[in-house]
Amino acid sequence: MAGAISSLGNRKTGTAHAATSEAAWVRIVLITTALTFLALFLFLPLVVVFKEAFAKGIDVYLASVSEPAAAHAIKLTLIAAAIAVPCNVIFGLAAAWAIAKFDFRGKQFVITLIDLPFAVSPVIAGLIYMLLFGRQGFFGPWLGDHDIQIMFAVPGIVLATVFITFPFVARELIPLMQEQGKEQEEAAITLGASGWKMFWRVTLPSVKWALLYGMILCNARAMGEFGAVSVVSGKIREQTNTLPLHIEILYNEYQFAAAFAVASLLALLALVTLVLKSLLEWKAAREHELAVRAANAQ
Amino acid sequence: MKFIARSITVIAASLLAGSVLAKDINLLNVSYDPTRELYREFNAAFAKHWKEKTGDNVHVDQSHGGSGAQSRAVIDGLKADVVTLALAGDIDPIASIGNLLPKDWVTKLPNNSAPYTSTIVFLVRKGNPKNIKDWDDLVKKGVEVITPNPKTSGGARWNYLAAWAFAEKKQGKDKAGAQAFLRDLFKNVPVLDTGARGSTTTFVQRGIGDVLITWENEAFLAVNELGADEVEIVVPSISILAEPSVAVVDENAKANGTSEVAKAYLQYLYTKEGQNIAAKNYYRPRDPQVAEAYAKTFPKLTLVTIDDFGGWVKAQPEHFGDGGIFDQIYQ
Amino acid sequence: MSEITATALASAPPYPSAKKGWVKKSVLPGFGLSLGLAALYASLIVFIPLAGLVLKALELSLPELWAVISNPRALASYRLTFGAAFTAAGINLFFGLIVAWVLVRYDFFGKRVIDALVDLPFALPTAVAGIALTALYTTKGWVGQWFWLADIKIAYTWLGVTVALTFIGLPFVVRTVQPVLADLESEVEEAAASLGASRWQTFSRVLLPALLPSLLTGFALAFARAIGEYGSVVFISGNMPYKTEITPLLIMTKLEQFDYAGAAALGTVMLVFSFVLLLLINLLQHWSHKRTGG
Repeated sequence: MAGAISSLGNRKTGTAHAATSEAAWVRIVLITTALTFLALFLFLPLVVVFKEAFAKGIDVYLASVSEPAAAHAIKLTLIAAAIAVPCNVIFGLAAAWAIAKFDFRGKQFVITLIDLPFAVSPVIAGLIYMLLFGRQGFFGPWLGDHDIQIMFAVPGIVLATVFITFPFVARELIPLMQEQGKEQEEAAITLGASGWKMFWRVTLPSVKWALLYGMILCNARAMGEFGAVSVVSGKIREQTNTLPLHIEILYNEYQFAAAFAVASLLALLALVTLVLKSLLEWKAAREHELAVRAANAQ
Repeated sequence: MKFIARSITVIAASLLAGSVLAKDINLLNVSYDPTRELYREFNAAFAKHWKEKTGDNVHVDQSHGGSGAQSRAVIDGLKADVVTLALAGDIDPIASIGNLLPKDWVTKLPNNSAPYTSTIVFLVRKGNPKNIKDWDDLVKKGVEVITPNPKTSGGARWNYLAAWAFAEKKQGKDKAGAQAFLRDLFKNVPVLDTGARGSTTTFVQRGIGDVLITWENEAFLAVNELGADEVEIVVPSISILAEPSVAVVDENAKANGTSEVAKAYLQYLYTKEGQNIAAKNYYRPRDPQVAEAYAKTFPKLTLVTIDDFGGWVKAQPEHFGDGGIFDQIYQ
Repeated sequence: MSEITATALASAPPYPSAKKGWVKKSVLPGFGLSLGLAALYASLIVFIPLAGLVLKALELSLPELWAVISNPRALASYRLTFGAAFTAAGINLFFGLIVAWVLVRYDFFGKRVIDALVDLPFALPTAVAGIALTALYTTKGWVGQWFWLADIKIAYTWLGVTVALTFIGLPFVVRTVQPVLADLESEVEEAAASLGASRWQTFSRVLLPALLPSLLTGFALAFARAIGEYGSVVFISGNMPYKTEITPLLIMTKLEQFDYAGAAALGTVMLVFSFVLLLLINLLQHWSHKRTGG
């Protein structure tokens, strides 16, 4: 951190006017404040996860992430994410198209409804499906008669995951597509392109980075969800345990190193997600820059 | 002659078929937090026993959590073949609300359907620096007590009732006095975890509190898993006979075709081997001979029972229901 | 499948719902299909289940409902949930602005890594965050022990809840302020400076008003997210009735006593609040978009 501060003085700010930039001490204070805040709330928790994960050595670490129960939890988590993400991508594209490209009354209301799962407590997310599909729920007797198991089985876990990650893709796309306006698509249609062609050739390419970013966020959230899934899962070892639930179980079995080892997998996933996201942003920015340059050259 | 020969062939064939087509049976045991270690060992022993007896392979799946939460999950449709919960009060709703087993389930197995018992003891820091000997040391100023939330944890309800029993013994049958004692006790509680295991972690791992009120088996396990150089067990003058109950969830077992093996599974808990495994995992065995063998492990102390509180049907709403005594002491 | 959708898209009338009058005319196709698909999916996954929650709550009579949601213990839990969420959002508002400022305006070693890490709370499972934060902030933890010297307990008090909620909401203010700050024209600042304004005056009179809508949005998002948080808070809060019990935990407690209607009633209170808050955020964004756009 000391290194970070000492490398402060750079060309841009060094020559700037006194009233458009800050005194060196202000800069140092601000950077130190920001870094201290981030250290207390971000870096240290991350460090704790990895420190505890390797507390009993690399062997315990490898053993705990490869044992059958962990392997099964990884598989289930991947399945849930693999279903939740595509569902929400299709929904996100449809919702963003309708909301961003058309004007209709009650739009803010619809956007708010889409946002709702983001603010709803995961406990409530689990509760609502329990009230619908649990044995005591609205559809419980019917499901029981037809021998369909939704709660405490994979379908319930998938439903809860879909609910929790519901807004992510749509919320990434809507502002961008609003920003882009509809001239290009209108031009394509007027020139006789079919709706489908317009979508593939014009709309999709212009939102692909935002779409990918939304998918990455959606995926990360899907894999990490704990509260909602814990209500609907039943926690049967090697059957309905996702990674976050498996962590809780290990923690409750006094296997702290193993619990943090599995947790570090999810933390690693989070870090990979962040790297991918930065790469995407960088690519998108470069493409934008190239486009601007090309436009200027003409 | 021909007839006999043919019937022998038929019998032989069916026997052969029986042994060749060894069935794979899955059982789901929905249990509470501290029994993880017990059932891991017991399931292996039962699978071996059942294989020898019938040739079938039994695989028992386990689900653990807070006793109340697990009971609710079964009512909401978790397909448990058997439940092994912290108290009868958590199995009753599976019968009354869920209609998944008969209301008189408690009579279906010996000893109130509780194959092993436990009691409530204290865990203190090594050397007992606060000199905690009995329940009235817990209400002293400056003593921090760790216990889970009786609303969500079965073990915590036993803790609470044991403290109540002490207060009544000391002050006479005086409800207001007992309530005041409990209020003072909970004033010293800085963290109410949702389950017994969570409290143990808070006390041992996080180093919070001077004394943990917990299951005897949980206390032994904590000493073993986390080191005798850190914590030690203190046995109070009076405690409660905790009866963790077990039952076959009839409707589920019928639907899964596992009624027979589910019943045998629970009955096996009462055999010498089952009782030995329970005792090894620090649950007090019912079998007198096994109890004799483990007499040194389990100290003798005065124990009240849930019947002294009028059974769970009365104690549950009176103490832990909405607006009950536990809610009142927090107001 | 794709051909069918393609024909559906292509054959959709150019003025999809012109008759209805609540939608403006457009040459673009697919309004009916996209809105229909989105509405169907959203209804199945979100709205019908949420309606079920409200219906369940209405199984109680009105006086019963009122008794559940205005119970002193419930009131105490709202105070903690909303109070801690508000405080955490406030902390994030202040420090989030500084972090965004530092990331946009200054160059320093490791800036890109730090920039990427800001999103960590989105991606890290909340239970893991809860366990790690608890380990850090107990009286024996790396951070908590220093506060304990000053006789301040963090874990298992409302402060601990605030810490967890601060972690959860950290990215929001930073991520809403960052793009706006980056887009601000330097001419405005230079103009202010050439008119003799001090740096602080430029900041408080010129920059801050321009940043205000995004700051408010970030604050409200962090607030909304924090209200519902459960996974990380149950580890670090003491879960004491009237003191450190958050509303989602109270809902869990009700569930475990088979009081489904009571749980649904509390859930509905939170749901209504979240909805109103989000609606405010969206109107705010709409407003600021219009203001800056026009």
